Amino acid sequence: MAKRLMKGNEAIGEAAVQAGALQYFCYPITPQSEVAEYLAKRMPEVGGMFLQGESEVAVANMIFGGASTGERVFTTSSSPGISLMQEAISYIAGAQLPAVFVNIVRCGPGLGGILPAQCDYNQAVKGGGHGDYKLLVLAPATVQEAVDLMMLAFDLAEKYHNPVMMMGDGMIGQMMEPVEFNPPPKTGEFDTSWAATGCKGRDPVIIRSLYLDPLVLEKNNLEMNEKYEQMKREEVRFEAYNVSDENELLLVSHGTMSRVCRTVIDDMAREKISIGMIRPITLFPFPYEAISEAAEGKKAVISVEMSLGQQVEDVKLAVLGKVPVHFWGRTGGVVPTPDETAEALKQFL
Amino acid sequence: MEAVEEKLVFTRPESLKETVTHYCPGCTHGVIHRMLAEILDELGIRERAVGVAPVGCAVLIYNYIKTDFLEAAHGRAPAFATGLKRVRPDLIGFTYQGDGDLASIGTAEILHAANRSEKFTTIFVNNAVYGMTGGQMAPTTMPDQVTTTCPFGRSTQETGMPLRVAEMLASLKTPSFIARVSVHDPAHIVQAKKILKRAFQYQIDNVCFSLVEFLSICPTNWGMNARESFQWLEENMLPYYSLGVKKAPEED
Repeated sequence: MAKRLMKGNEAIGEAAVQAGALQYFCYPITPQSEVAEYLAKRMPEVGGMFLQGESEVAVANMIFGGASTGERVFTTSSSPGISLMQEAISYIAGAQLPAVFVNIVRCGPGLGGILPAQCDYNQAVKGGGHGDYKLLVLAPATVQEAVDLMMLAFDLAEKYHNPVMMMGDGMIGQMMEPVEFNPPPKTGEFDTSWAATGCKGRDPVIIRSLYLDPLVLEKNNLEMNEKYEQMKREEVRFEAYNVSDENELLLVSHGTMSRVCRTVIDDMAREKISIGMIRPITLFPFPYEAISEAAEGKKAVISVEMSLGQQVEDVKLAVLGKVPVHFWGRTGGVVPTPDETAEALKQFL
Repeated sequence: MEAVEEKLVFTRPESLKETVTHYCPGCTHGVIHRMLAEILDELGIRERAVGVAPVGCAVLIYNYIKTDFLEAAHGRAPAFATGLKRVRPDLIGFTYQGDGDLASIGTAEILHAANRSEKFTTIFVNNAVYGMTGGQMAPTTMPDQVTTTCPFGRSTQETGMPLRVAEMLASLKTPSFIARVSVHDPAHIVQAKKILKRAFQYQIDNVCFSLVEFLSICPTNWGMNARESFQWLEENMLPYYSLGVKKAPEED
């Protein structure tokens, strides 16, 4: 299939369509509104459903209602909108429904700005909404990877009966790159016997998160926890770049920031300074083991982020004090240049 | 002796589970549940109906009504039902919501669902108080009515006048069916059932959004017995919350 030059946001919308996700609810917010604009035209062409809701609060709750039927439903938003969706995300996780959320992250806190950031890491990975639950969080570094992960997201949501979040910084949504669409092979029909589609020929189903008996709720939460443990065993995804025993430093960086780091690694190699990088592709589950292994013998491990340092806490958990762990990054929507990143990294040599 | 043919004239609706409810003595949720169950039976829609339970006393409605159910976040039932019906328009969707749920935290969701004329039916139970949390002031609480959060009576100076949901939604230009009924005596119950059945028929015919507001009682939180509660409803709520069809699609 020939490659097409597409803007990240539009490519994400097309990827969902090609993954057979034809039920889309949205609310406009910069820098992801192009997904909604693209799908407003595209969904009618493919017999899909497009609805612009009255708020992100309502949209996320529409996702619950739609997901309850077993169909592939999704929404896209950006940081302040994702904050409003946390209520429903908690309920969807609690009710163990498959659904896909995309966060094209802008800088915060509050209204913040509209430029790229990675400052929603903790919200996505550590909770966001209330209660004991986890999202499976995917972090693309290119538009092509956003397309591939968006298609994968629906399979993962159905495999685990759990909401999946694809989190790209604003740059992933806004930039144009050549992409091709290769939907993953079908892994068999999704069993929807649990879905609320009318009780003809069976007992009624109740899709709920309320369990007033603490022992019943605990059992439910432990069952959910088993899914998160399975994700840790089966879904860790990362890329190792230039990792070797020669490395003086190990970087841990994801998304757009990792692409800047890649340039820095290539530049510094010409100065005979060897640096390796682990690029997490899944932020939950996090590649703790890969980082722990790669950290052996390095002078330091640096978590490089477009935030004030959130991923660095997981990097510290991975390294467990074996070597020093530092954070470097910029916040507020500033995307660091390779030169300033290289300069900053030299202090750790 | 001549044989007498027996004919069963009254029985438990198939849509109503045979169980003990958690509702307080005298509560009118039971009357409305039974009415809903009878209508689901009579219209033959039980097996393709999906209810959306609220947060409030009726959150456990799925223990009593024999259809598929979703359990919504507080006030969000109309968004749940929107998601359900947009994805599966062939199903019958209904929400069952109290006044704290629908008229306070969920005003945005019900207003916009009505304005888009989403093809589902809302049963809105207005008993002028938050029931499950223990009798706090609702947007529908009457002026000077005493609740646990307005212990000196509702001050309209500070908290405004009771919200008339049926009138508010009837003011929308988009076609829909909006009515207010009461269940404080048998005659009104019979009338209420006719109107709720009509509301579901509009959905079955894919015509429009429909909402029926039920004036209802809460003896526990009103601090009265059921008989006094019915009288209080009649004297205090009826004059302010007028009954009848507020808007029908045929008029638009």
